[in-house]
Amino acid sequence: MNVLVCVKRVPDPGARIELAAGDQAIETRKLGFTIGPHEECAVEEAVRLIEKLGGSATVLTLGPADAEEQLRDSMAVGADRGILLETEGDDWDPAQTAAAIVAAIRAAERQGSRFDLFLFGNESADAGGFQVGIRVAQALDLPCITGVKRLEAQANKVLARREIATGWEVYEVGLPALLTVREGLNSPRHPSFRSLMAARKKPIERSRPERDPVGLELLRLRLPPDRGTSAEMLGEGKAAVPRVIEVLKELGVLQA
Amino acid sequence: MILAFIEGERNPISPLCLQALTFARELAAGQGMPLEAVAFEREAGDLPGVLQRHGVSRIHRVEHPRLDDYAPEAWAKALAQLMDRARPQFVLAAATDRGNEILARVAAVKNLPMAANCIGWAPGSPPVVVRQRWGGSLLEEAALHAVPPLLTVAPHAVEVREIETQMEASLETFSPVLEEKDFRVRVVAREETHPEGVSLRTASVVVGGGRGVGSADGFRVLEELASLLGAAVGGSRVATNNGWRTHAQQIGLTGNRIAPDLYIACGISGAIQHYVGCKGSKNILVINQDREAPFFRRATHGVVGDLHEVLPALIEEIRRIKT
Ligand SMILES: Cc1cc2nc3c(=O)[nH]c(=O)nc-3n(C[C@H](O)[C@H](O)[C@H](O)COP(=O)(O)OP(=O)(O)OC[C@H]3O[C@@H](n4cnc5c(N)ncnc54)[C@H](O)[C@@H]3O)c2cc1C
Ligand SMILES: Nc1ncnc2c1ncn2[C@@H]1O[C@H](COP(=O)(O)O)[C@@H](O)[C@H]1O
Repeated sequence: MNVLVCVKRVPDPGARIELAAGDQAIETRKLGFTIGPHEECAVEEAVRLIEKLGGSATVLTLGPADAEEQLRDSMAVGADRGILLETEGDDWDPAQTAAAIVAAIRAAERQGSRFDLFLFGNESADAGGFQVGIRVAQALDLPCITGVKRLEAQANKVLARREIATGWEVYEVGLPALLTVREGLNSPRHPSFRSLMAARKKPIERSRPERDPVGLELLRLRLPPDRGTSAEMLGEGKAAVPRVIEVLKELGVLQA
Repeated sequence: MILAFIEGERNPISPLCLQALTFARELAAGQGMPLEAVAFEREAGDLPGVLQRHGVSRIHRVEHPRLDDYAPEAWAKALAQLMDRARPQFVLAAATDRGNEILARVAAVKNLPMAANCIGWAPGSPPVVVRQRWGGSLLEEAALHAVPPLLTVAPHAVEVREIETQMEASLETFSPVLEEKDFRVRVVAREETHPEGVSLRTASVVVGGGRGVGSADGFRVLEELASLLGAAVGGSRVATNNGWRTHAQQIGLTGNRIAPDLYIACGISGAIQHYVGCKGSKNILVINQDREAPFFRRATHGVVGDLHEVLPALIEEIRRIKT
């Protein structure tokens, strides 16, 4: 089984987002970068599948040159190779992103790669467009199941479950197919020192993608009004307990 | 004309869908356009009655012998065909799993942009939407260069309002042309789950733990407090990543959104990805040993201290009161 996983480099903003001058992006100078939890699970699932069924896992990202870090992170937990579609680091809309990914997949297939399974996050952590995977599936005429949280894969088909309020919807499709997955699908492993070292030697193909005209154009970012409360401090350590009890009673959580 | 995608599911019509209808109606009124709706499900109760009270003037009921259960490709294709015929100037849905999926698919089929999780809108050519990023911790103003714009409405972007003067909605059947292949992705089975204990999403009190809890064992005091208060137990992503809690108990951007009367957050720092999951709570009591922890700035009540000291003392006191 050959699996392609698409991941996106995003900042980890901690407790407060700050905007960079120009309001086009988050201020990231003091921040670390990561991929979203859904995508971590996608990478983990790809690695488990090839461990079980053989084959290879490729991880692809569209982003700045620094997004190599996220490809290396994914290779450190078991992906075999990386594809970096290098941009200037500015915002690409979901349709532009999908078109560039589709072109890259077609190029890889022209060079002899065959993918049986394509894994995406259900939504990206930062933009949350809920659509790149679906657009890629449409362009490549692949069956697509979204929001997958349980997966059983065989060499030629997958059984996927999606959680709804009352339980699970079960889907079954033949391969090749594209799935968008959610955190909870598995628990991603941590890389070992050895696997981190090994990842540094794995191959990455770099190219500059073509960019379609923009459809959903970012004009500016802004912060929502913060309900910045000033917490009523109830005390320190055990000494706070009497006040906590009073509050629980006031809120009707504890019957007086 | 503005077209709203209606979801039925079990419950005749969900609150999120009614919110999206209210949003759509305000948009329609601002543009002087009628509001129409498209529905796929048959068992949707008194759909016309409900939609009329929300200002819908025409309902397109999609009928096809193979459209029994959810099949995203077939639904999207049907909606795209209806758009070709009815020519809406806007298409909206609630930003639910289905709403997002169907509009994204229609967008892909028709090569249009789609904006998910919108909370506002301003007219113009092109129109501008305000949409949520990072689960609502950041807002984006974006121009939608397309006709019709496709957008999904974020939960709680507006409050549901019915109209005062009711009008008659006409009911029309729409029969899409679908092929076998359009049903390659469809629900083949359903499994019901019966969650044990108090559910996180509906609990009126939630006790949550993070890295500060220290271990799976450390959660015992949280469970004890929860059982005394009839509360559900949840955790931060650190707690679930470490295997101290299951992912089903995670609170946050990629976990559950909770909205209890009281959320007691123990040993959690208050990262935005956690906060977006609990900001609907009426009261938040933060217990953290670091007085500089960011969570205190978004809490209603705070205790500075080691949770493993505070919680046992609190539990003892509650027990004393209860007996
Ligand atoms: C895209 C993305 C999505 C994410 N989704 C989620 C999500 O859904 N939910 C989520 O929770 N996180 C999510 N995260 C992770 C998030 O950014 C934080 O890393 C996480 O919430 C931190 O968890 P924490 O507060 O338990 O740990 P920390 O940030 O390490 O905080 C631990 C806190 O415990 C306090 N403490 C330590 N010991 C004690 C003690 N004995 N008594 C009292 N206090 C103590 C410390 O002072 C500290 O404030 C996501 C991250 C990303 C990038
Ligand atoms: N720049 C990118 N590079 C690679 N994959 C991406 C990129 N943007 C989005 N994706 C993939 O598409 C999914 C959905 O993104 P979105 O439509 O932005 O919510 C993400 O979880 C990723 O798997």
